[in-house]
Amino acid sequence: MVGLYDGIALYLLIPTMYQYDEFDQTLVNERVAQFRGQTQRFLAGQLTEDQFRPLRLMNGLYIQRHAPMLRVAVPYGLLSSQQMRMLAHIARTYDKGYGHFTTRQNIQFNWPKLEEVPDILANLATVQMHAIQTSGNCIRNVTSDHLAGVCADELEDPRPYCEIIRQWSTLHPEFAFLPRKFKIAVSGAAKDRAATQLHDIGLYLVKNAQGEIGFEVLVGGGLGRTPMIGQTIRPFLEKQHLLSYLEAILRIYNRFGRRDNKYKARIKILLKETGIEPFTGLVEAEWAEIRDGLLLDPREIQRVKKHFAAPAHDTKAATDRSFTQRQHEDTRFAAWIRHNTADHRVAGYRAVFISLKAPGIPPGDMTAGQMDAVAELCDRFSYGELRVTHTQNLVFADVKQADLFELWQALTALNLATANVGKATDMICCPGLDFCSLANASSIPVALDIYSRLEDMDYLYDLGEIRINLSGCMNGCGHHSVGHIGILGVDKKGEEWFQLTLGGSSANDASLGERLGPSVAKDEVAGAIETILRTYTTLREGDESFLDTVRRTGLEPFQEKVYANH
Amino acid sequence: MQIIRDGKIVHDDWRHLANDEPLPAGKATISLTRWLAEKAALQSASSELGLRLRGEDSIDAIVDDLKSFGLIVIEFPTMTDGRGFSLARLLRERYGYTGEIRARGDFIRDQMFFLSRVGVNAFECHAGQDLETFLPALSEYTVTYQAAADPEQSHYRRRGD
Repeated sequence: MVGLYDGIALYLLIPTMYQYDEFDQTLVNERVAQFRGQTQRFLAGQLTEDQFRPLRLMNGLYIQRHAPMLRVAVPYGLLSSQQMRMLAHIARTYDKGYGHFTTRQNIQFNWPKLEEVPDILANLATVQMHAIQTSGNCIRNVTSDHLAGVCADELEDPRPYCEIIRQWSTLHPEFAFLPRKFKIAVSGAAKDRAATQLHDIGLYLVKNAQGEIGFEVLVGGGLGRTPMIGQTIRPFLEKQHLLSYLEAILRIYNRFGRRDNKYKARIKILLKETGIEPFTGLVEAEWAEIRDGLLLDPREIQRVKKHFAAPAHDTKAATDRSFTQRQHEDTRFAAWIRHNTADHRVAGYRAVFISLKAPGIPPGDMTAGQMDAVAELCDRFSYGELRVTHTQNLVFADVKQADLFELWQALTALNLATANVGKATDMICCPGLDFCSLANASSIPVALDIYSRLEDMDYLYDLGEIRINLSGCMNGCGHHSVGHIGILGVDKKGEEWFQLTLGGSSANDASLGERLGPSVAKDEVAGAIETILRTYTTLREGDESFLDTVRRTGLEPFQEKVYANH
Repeated sequence: MQIIRDGKIVHDDWRHLANDEPLPAGKATISLTRWLAEKAALQSASSELGLRLRGEDSIDAIVDDLKSFGLIVIEFPTMTDGRGFSLARLLRERYGYTGEIRARGDFIRDQMFFLSRVGVNAFECHAGQDLETFLPALSEYTVTYQAAADPEQSHYRRRGD
């Protein structure tokens, strides 16, 4: 233990993630002081609502339906156990005892008091956390692959580059007042688990013909009202040019992105209206001016890389026999292993998904008690480090197979072991009308309604991999456009209706879902989803997945069934 | 009036002229539109000239003229118009303008630190504001992560490892 803050014991952070030095800590502390001053001036009437809005948004603070909402940054989804304990403390002390993990790997608190937010930020700063740029028209939290560093299909760990981008973008003086929000994702594996093509900038670590590793740069992806898939503007960028190239893209966007209409202000619209070749030309010309002045020093890459060293794995982990034995003895454990764990690059280890999609629970929600318990389990079983996935679950990345049974039992007792990861009940869902002031429709009750129709686990497993995504409005926080089944809440004369789309994907074969037909009433959504899934089981050939089936057959057979009675 | 220049509150005697206002004897700023329309006449006048720009203005055509201005004002029609931030950096870094760059308009105290980092060295605030309370905003941070148009280097160059 290294100290006490607000009654919380502080432990040294773990060696497998980025550690603040005095420099990083000073910056975050100064940010807390600055925001405390801004909040005081607002409460004293010295800042108008219009003046305070962009300032508070840049610190993740929204004014919502019931209360302010504070979004805390979880950089590229990586958390230490004591950071998780701090989140539990905040949930308990300043909120109603729970938090909500988001599709951007962050966490939101829905009930803080405005005047207490500076104290929350001061608490977060003691565990190297903050809420900087989690909202507002600036560069947001960089997101990445939740299996980074442990998956077998990885070319290079993306997290050091995420951290380098995090630092470059944090309080960047030129890009704090962009036309609209700006999201960057980095992926280093063959399988894209970070929805990279749906970001304003997507970066894939790739190898060129000479065998060097660099970045493929995509621009113009994004969800929201006009969803678009990113396009490659540079197939290979050397690592040393990472920051100058990002700066060139951001400068072109800041100067020329539309500011007359906030629904046309994202970089995807600039790219579309300019045309990809002229747009790329603008970026390349800007880059040519600055590339030699902003080289990323290989020593800095090395410095940051050292923070993401793999933990000291047990070299004899694979000799354990109990793991196989337990699966034979207990079919529920075997099902959990099959659905909620993933292969690890080290023999005898697996990555474990902690499902935040238990029956009757809003997707992504977690209580303070669960957070504390998970922190404890994470210390015992996974080197004190965990990750948040963009599908609103958690991951323990380094669990020994011999420990899996005990971990499963503990998670089961916490209601965190529903064996449904990647299945139809593992839905992505925004907070919706129940919390959000933007929403047209409630999403959580609809998700729970669908869930209760699909609870038969054997049926669920028979359906295989299916991504159902729900958004309560066209801003698309629930990623409906890229759900295999997408559900979008719309307002029709004051009533909540839902549009259904099929065939979306945020993986390597990214695609936008196609609208099935007229929107359906709230109480008919779950039935329609059930009809779609039953139709799939009659159409599929062999073990064809839902997405492949939709792509093969088109929408028509689904339309016939869903709208049969209309 | 009083403005903040190079971190100090100073008296300022620049006048900002409307497009149809005759040039006074002393220091006066004019819009880019006026400069482009009346360049020859303005160059032969005896006044000391400053130029007023807005974030959306393209300055490619007047790069060679920049050195004839004793002041460049970047106007902020709203505090959320971030184009002026890029414009300031271009003036300093790409076009080598070394004179005063002044923010004017709807920027607020809380943007002054960022503005100072992109090359703005003077701040003309709305009348009636207490400039003394604005000064601390220029030093709210003692550390920064990235290089910009100020003497700061990338943090890792200063970390020295």
